[in-house]
Amino acid sequence: MNFPILSVIIFTPLVAALILLMMPEDRKREIRVVALAAGAFAMLLSLWVYIQYLTQGLTGYQFVEKYDWLPQFGISLHLGVDGISTPLVLLTGIVMFTGVIISLGIDDRPREFFAFLFILASGVFGVFVALDLFMLFFFYEIAVFPMYLLIAIWGWVKTREYAAMKLTLYLFVGSVIALVGALAMYFTSGMHTFDMLMLETANFPAAFQIRWFLPVFLGFAVLGGIWPFHNWSPDGHVAAPTAVSMFHAGVLMKLGAFAALRVGIMLLPAGAKYWSPLILSLATVNVVYGAFIAMTQTDLKYMIGFSSVSHMGLVVLGFATLTPDGMTGAGVQMFSHGAMTALFFAATGMVYDRAHTRKIPELGGMAKALPYVAITFIIGGLVSMGMPGFSGFVAEFPIFMGVWQVRPWTAILAAVSIVITAAYIMLAVRRTFFGDMPEKFEGHIGPISVMDKVALTLLSALMITLGLFPGVMVPMVQSGVENVLRLLGGA
Amino acid sequence: MDFLSNHLLSVILFFPVFAALVMLFLPKDETKLLRWTALIASLIPFVLTLVLWSRFDTGGGAAFQFQENYVWYAAINSNFHIGVDGISLTMVLLTTLLTPLAILASFSITDRVKPYMMLFLFLETGMLGVFLAMDLLIFFVFWEIGLVPMYFLINQWGSVNRDYASLKFMIYTMGGSLGLLLAIQLLGVLFGTYDLQTIIAGWNGLTSGTIMGMSVATVKTVAFWAFVVAFAIKVPVWPFHTWLPDAHTEAPTAGSILLAGVLLKLGAYGFLRLVLPLYPAESAHFAGWLAFLAVMAIVFGALGAYGQDDFKRLVAYSSVNHMGFVLLGIAAAAKAIGTADAHIAMNGAILQMFNHGLSAAGMFFLVGVIYERAHTRDLRRFGGLFPLIPVYGGILIFASMASLGLPGLNGFVSEFLVARGAWGQLPGYTAAGMIGLLFTGSYILKGIKNILHGPTNEEWAHGEHKLTDINTREIVVMVPLMVLMLWLGIAPAWLLNVINNAVTAIF
Amino acid sequence: MFSTAMLMAILPELLLLVVALLVLVMELVWKGEDGRKLGWLAFGGLILTLGVSVFVAVPSFGRPVFGGMIRYDLLGFIFKMLFIFGAAMTALFMMDSEKLGQRGESYILLITATIGMNLMASANDLIMLYLAIETTSIPMYILAGFMRDNEKSTEAGFKYLLFGAMTSAIMLYGFSLIFGFTGSTALTAITGFSMPMAVGIILLIAVGVGFKISLAPFHFWAPDVYEGAPTPISGFLSTASKAAGFAVVMRLFIGLFPDGQYAHMWTLTLAILASLSMTLGNLVALRQTNIKRMLAYSSIAHAGYALVGAVSLSELGVGSVTFYLMAYVMTNLAAFGIVAAFSRVAGSDEIADYAGMSRRAPGLALAMLVAFLSLTGMPPFGGFVAKVFVFAAAVKADMIWLAVVGVLNSIIGVYYYLTVLKVVYLYRMEGENESEHPITLTRPYAIALTVLSAAILLIGIVFAPWFNIASNAASNLF
Repeated sequence: MNFPILSVIIFTPLVAALILLMMPEDRKREIRVVALAAGAFAMLLSLWVYIQYLTQGLTGYQFVEKYDWLPQFGISLHLGVDGISTPLVLLTGIVMFTGVIISLGIDDRPREFFAFLFILASGVFGVFVALDLFMLFFFYEIAVFPMYLLIAIWGWVKTREYAAMKLTLYLFVGSVIALVGALAMYFTSGMHTFDMLMLETANFPAAFQIRWFLPVFLGFAVLGGIWPFHNWSPDGHVAAPTAVSMFHAGVLMKLGAFAALRVGIMLLPAGAKYWSPLILSLATVNVVYGAFIAMTQTDLKYMIGFSSVSHMGLVVLGFATLTPDGMTGAGVQMFSHGAMTALFFAATGMVYDRAHTRKIPELGGMAKALPYVAITFIIGGLVSMGMPGFSGFVAEFPIFMGVWQVRPWTAILAAVSIVITAAYIMLAVRRTFFGDMPEKFEGHIGPISVMDKVALTLLSALMITLGLFPGVMVPMVQSGVENVLRLLGGA
Repeated sequence: MDFLSNHLLSVILFFPVFAALVMLFLPKDETKLLRWTALIASLIPFVLTLVLWSRFDTGGGAAFQFQENYVWYAAINSNFHIGVDGISLTMVLLTTLLTPLAILASFSITDRVKPYMMLFLFLETGMLGVFLAMDLLIFFVFWEIGLVPMYFLINQWGSVNRDYASLKFMIYTMGGSLGLLLAIQLLGVLFGTYDLQTIIAGWNGLTSGTIMGMSVATVKTVAFWAFVVAFAIKVPVWPFHTWLPDAHTEAPTAGSILLAGVLLKLGAYGFLRLVLPLYPAESAHFAGWLAFLAVMAIVFGALGAYGQDDFKRLVAYSSVNHMGFVLLGIAAAAKAIGTADAHIAMNGAILQMFNHGLSAAGMFFLVGVIYERAHTRDLRRFGGLFPLIPVYGGILIFASMASLGLPGLNGFVSEFLVARGAWGQLPGYTAAGMIGLLFTGSYILKGIKNILHGPTNEEWAHGEHKLTDINTREIVVMVPLMVLMLWLGIAPAWLLNVINNAVTAIF
Repeated sequence: MFSTAMLMAILPELLLLVVALLVLVMELVWKGEDGRKLGWLAFGGLILTLGVSVFVAVPSFGRPVFGGMIRYDLLGFIFKMLFIFGAAMTALFMMDSEKLGQRGESYILLITATIGMNLMASANDLIMLYLAIETTSIPMYILAGFMRDNEKSTEAGFKYLLFGAMTSAIMLYGFSLIFGFTGSTALTAITGFSMPMAVGIILLIAVGVGFKISLAPFHFWAPDVYEGAPTPISGFLSTASKAAGFAVVMRLFIGLFPDGQYAHMWTLTLAILASLSMTLGNLVALRQTNIKRMLAYSSIAHAGYALVGAVSLSELGVGSVTFYLMAYVMTNLAAFGIVAAFSRVAGSDEIADYAGMSRRAPGLALAMLVAFLSLTGMPPFGGFVAKVFVFAAAVKADMIWLAVVGVLNSIIGVYYYLTVLKVVYLYRMEGENESEHPITLTRPYAIALTVLSAAILLIGIVFAPWFNIASNAASNLF
């Protein structure tokens, strides 16, 4: 298979962005068509990669491409996917496509909006498939900066400037600190390469690993929303326009966790072992604290934002266990949570677009006007509370099993969040979608479009499929995790 | 038909979901079509259960029959493994019987018929799954999944206080199953599999050493209570019962039927299937505690019922009371496991589960019938209705008597068996429980008196509130229940044989 | 004896001289409105010079020529090409500048300054170096104060002159000390320093070059001059002129003190100045309301970043500085070009007046996005890779603290660069409909900005060839 599919996936959105920028501004219809086509194309390609990986042996890195970029410095455009990144590539494709669908209604400079969104998508794809440390950073930053513009320009008027800046600064701080760590790795290895597959074999001295693990891991984990650096995330979610929230919570936060795994744990395994108790503790705080704070929120988006903090805590928790179960669960949780929050934000956006408020107490009775939104939101809610039969359970269960193996008390503590999550989700569902519709909304809540339904259906179907048939993804993630464990010395 | 015979259980289990998905594509305004589709869809599993019953080998003992086993979640070694033995078969029969009746009882629902019926079908699958599961994780999956349709049934089609009640139901049950979840995970981590029989064997073989820095005995005790609390909430056992009256009061009639008829049995079934086999020693050790809780449930359930002015709350508390007997039987069996007493008590407990399923379903339905007409359930506002609605009155008295434990009807048989089995083991508690029976009699009679007898409340005799008698559809709902009540009261052997075979083999 | 090598060594300068003369002649023909054609001439000539030099005069070795006065090597050549390219872009920007555009002398001064810079980059002798610096400075003084009837411009020119004269005198004093103690002015031949004197020399030279590259604390002139000078000239000052300063920094310090305790001393001194410069530049830039002043402080900060590579004192370090300057020159030229294009129509340099710009001129706004994100250090723009390389050099030299200071500073940078972009993209013109106030770009601006944006992207994405050239050049110093 010589077709460079991964490069094509990365560059599809980029090329689409360029095409969009070259189109005349007032051809909004054509702009939307191009955006939709590019989104669909990227999604199909990522689906193809996924299916190929699933059916072709489930081992190692596949679709590997390698082009020298700066040989003198050991930088190459080395791409490939393994069992952990393949689902994330698929997730990105899907979120991109659904994000475009949800944003078809944007009327203020749609050309720039889609262009920036695609640049973001391209960066995200890049991080997931990069096997070169330098390229990983390169794409990582590309994924970060369009967020600023997207939030600041098309975001929620009240907080967008503040939130966009906060988000960008947090993420930038995290990534550049990790960058210094990466440079230290480069020079210490003495191998003159940024190729992660080679750096994995570098056998850094233990003291070095212990010194650099925390900056690198936490630097990335900022984007994963790890406590106490999670603060940017709910603000960002709230301020962002719908599609960007979807991207942000659905994919970008995975970027942080994924990079923390790839760079932090896989390249500095001894450091990971040394610090895993601390990371476990931080992640536990995430899980429990995030759930409690989410419960107190009255703004629907804030609630989802904090619930993301809580759920991403589970991802980090799973990785920090360094056990096969925990890491597998974390890998699946990334996908599950991605689809779930994307769905949540899409649904919330649809409600907000019609009701012009997201305050839970001010809403009500939306299920009558928007039954489809209500049903899919409920499905998301069930995933969120880890209801069996949905992807959340399939993901969280192994995480807890992993935690049991290393720190039983943490498992018990973290499990509390499940009930809390159930409580706030159910309350939110009830207050938003059921009960009596306030009079001011009567007759003002229009139906959603067919395309919107397609997006919602797609996301819900994913979560249910994964929940009922874990076999469609878990073995894949497991194969990726095995590789990580090999680096950890078979722990 | 080969497929059907080989996959009988899967078909029973998943047919309702399949039907629900088909209903998804039916037009939502064709209420009649939707109702009948749902009814027929729920009758098919019932028919298949009868087939299952006829093919079931009653001499099979402890062995599970009709097993099916598919890889489900390879990563954590959990398989979709289902099968039936005598205990679960009884419960499957109860479930598939009550679901069509509940759906038939819901024909009076006019608001959003489609989702309503679909939720019922989903609920049926959820309940059946618990009874069929032979894999701990699958058990938990169905255990939790059943909550969702019930939550929405209460929340969407319930009465005034439904928001509070449904959330309480959800949170109580989820909170209760938290310990269960954690304990299941612990077992899974320890044994690397979720296969129930492997785990039972392994767990019982584990008697010394430490797990995660604590002695096995401590861990087992903690895990035992985690299981017990989860199931006790579901049963519900005093003092975890407070969600139940709220949920019942607010639930739509058919929801109450299934809630009392089947969902409560899930908890008791958990005791039978998991707690006793997994923790024989702990169960025996704590049998006194369980019996204490059981007696409290019997006594306080009865007293609580007596204190109610709301007919539905009265019936709801009666569930606490009746389920107390189930637990008492379980406690006795736990204490004396392996003895004849234990078998008798256990037979009684399981039969009581079935019987309570019938009588509670019947009672709740009858409450629903009158509520639909009078739009109130306040006992003080009724009175002397017998002359107005004689057929209803007759049926109500019949069902009440079954519930009360009148000899010749089903309740008597099971309560007698429980008391007989428990007497030798826990005489004090049994005696206290018998006193509780006295209260049972009084609250049931209070209910009958307040509704049917005494001076007629003129409000219901004339004018716009004039009550009409029970209609044919409603009678159709009640007839199978009454037939079974009578049949089991007179000749319970057909059912007891199935139960007893399993019980003697397992316990 | 005059060899081909000698001709090649000064070929770019010779060609520039020819261009300057041509402009001088044609000025007599093209008067008034036609004066704008001089700009095209200068631009064409500069580009031609660039092309010819690249095709003909690329050195394949490094050695002193003209009796050791200048050094003909790749490092110098690259810097020359950078200056010429910068001058060409500046010529384009100047064409539609009110005062500069139609006057032949402005182009001539520009080209003369470029010649001076070329010599700065290749000088191999202290005397030559000093002459080159003055050749550069004097035309720049004039250009900065070119708008005589504008108070700020006059002030800028005068201030630049005063500061420049003083610091170059100080540096000259440093040169004289070198000669006095070692008896030589040829960079490669100077050896045998002793302790107290070396410190003095290092400090004195640091003042001189610090002024050229606007390093804190010798930066005070920069904001005022950038603000007052005609915008294209500010752009030229902040890019080519600064790059020339860096060429001198590297040649002088690395040439004079390649290793040992003195090397440690100057690297430490400059490292401290670099951190100071980054921190001060960024912090003060936060508070600016005038975009030219903001860019001035930002360029002070960028001097700090670039210096991080230089003090690493390694081939990687010099290579990274060279690469950094390539990216920086493109980026900052673009930034000033945008400012010039905007103020030509809008008549203001206040950041607040940029509100609604993305609606008034989407293309210009996009170019601004590219330039500012590159200044911020975001991929896929040149600034990102450039920053990574200089920080990498610092990490390699075990100066992790310096890398961390740089990293933290680039975060501050994020804030104010994004703030400008926010105004551009987010805010609206007050009470006006933007579509009634379009900002049209004249052709020279359009060409220059397109070329620069493309270059920024090119450097940022396909960085290998450029970095290879830069590091080959760096090897000339070691």
